[in-house]
Amino acid sequence: MNGLIDARTIAEAVTDPELPMLTLADLGVLRSVDVTVDGGVVVTITPTYSGCPAMDAMRDDLRRGLYAAGYSSVEVRTVLHPAWSTDWITAAGRTKLAEYGIAPPGPARERAAGPIPLTLAPPARRIACPLCGSPDTEELSGFSATACKALRRCRSCREPFEHVKEI
Amino acid sequence: MTTDHDSAYDSLADEHGGDARWAFGTGFDDPLSGVDTAIPGGVEAADLAAYCLMLADDALVMSQRLTEWCTNAPELEEEVALANIGLDLLGQARLLLARAGAADPSIPQRLAADLPHEDALAYFRRAAEYRNVTLVEVDNGDFARSAVRLLAFSTWRLALLDRLTSSRDPVLAAVAAKGVKEVTYHRDYAARWVVRLGDGTDLSHDRVAAGLAATWPYVGELFVSSDVEQRLAAAGVGVDPAGLRAEFDDVMRQVLAAARLQHPAAESTVDIAGRSGRHTEALVSLLAEMQELARAHPEAIW
Repeated sequence: MNGLIDARTIAEAVTDPELPMLTLADLGVLRSVDVTVDGGVVVTITPTYSGCPAMDAMRDDLRRGLYAAGYSSVEVRTVLHPAWSTDWITAAGRTKLAEYGIAPPGPARERAAGPIPLTLAPPARRIACPLCGSPDTEELSGFSATACKALRRCRSCREPFEHVKEI
Repeated sequence: MTTDHDSAYDSLADEHGGDARWAFGTGFDDPLSGVDTAIPGGVEAADLAAYCLMLADDALVMSQRLTEWCTNAPELEEEVALANIGLDLLGQARLLLARAGAADPSIPQRLAADLPHEDALAYFRRAAEYRNVTLVEVDNGDFARSAVRLLAFSTWRLALLDRLTSSRDPVLAAVAAKGVKEVTYHRDYAARWVVRLGDGTDLSHDRVAAGLAATWPYVGELFVSSDVEQRLAAAGVGVDPAGLRAEFDDVMRQVLAAARLQHPAAESTVDIAGRSGRHTEALVSLLAEMQELARAHPEAIW
């Protein structure tokens, strides 16, 4: 080896700019890290949502971190397939989300055959309050401060909280 | 990249320019960087580009309309929701514009050779060069009308994207697979509002009924297929919108029944309009606002 810190170790430690408690590895968006024969690094990431504005910041942070560690060339590639799912958030990532006060996602909905069913009532998921632990919570909005979260409220402690919604 | 503009923003656009650039906006990387954009066999590059522009323009113009609700929505939660839906659609539009530019670079190069393809296509085409359906360009109206329009649009687009996931073009298939997850949430959101308003007070019921009546004349056009769409559907790359009607009607029936709204009568025969570049004045005004900055400062890096 060339004495540099392992490229994967560096890439995995880069954090999400909007969910800074999560590394790209926790979030499940880091698909591969390869060191080429001439010492360059090719990192492949996948977007969470089509319009996620954090993607550009992630690319910059990956490049900055790897250049700072001494790698001479860094290429960040995008892969669109397969589409990211919240199921790819690691167990460690889910723990960090909950500790930060954000309810982690449940399992993504299984897709049955036929047209995608319409859901006229907010899903009656049992999302526990990340602040007091009560299971008695309600969805206020399917959308929140970032594309990946819904807004909920705890009926026990009355605090609002965010929930990484399942996709 | 030009450096002749005398601008304090230069440092922000630097490759390693630090956090300021993040808040500042683009300097965006190509959203398809590293994605294989080879054109599948049996398809003309110009057809594929034209098709990507149709799907991109639907999303881009709808996104622009949704963002008009920022600072105007009835509740903060709705403003956040509509902005998020607009952001998802903007992301889909960026990928599709980039895909169009990769398929046929001559179009963005003719428009603005120095810009990324997606920017050239979004900011330097005239209304007559846009290929979106009329439904997305008409004015928002009130919140109820916007909810009905979003319901019709997302119901149609979800049915379309769901079929597009099996496209022979791997980029379109991937964009669709991601879009399906997003638009499922959009459709549920719009449907719940239509039900809440329709099954609400007399006033909210009347407003959403009026919104439905105002929106319905634009629904028929969603299912008229252009030559490009027919050719790409036959090649297994695109989707013929004529085949989406049954699913659309079924979803609308469910929502309208729950909302105590009468299903509108079948619309009269419609021609292709937006898909051939025939647009209303509403799109001209929308583009004037959306494109002004880029056209006033074509060399700017922002």
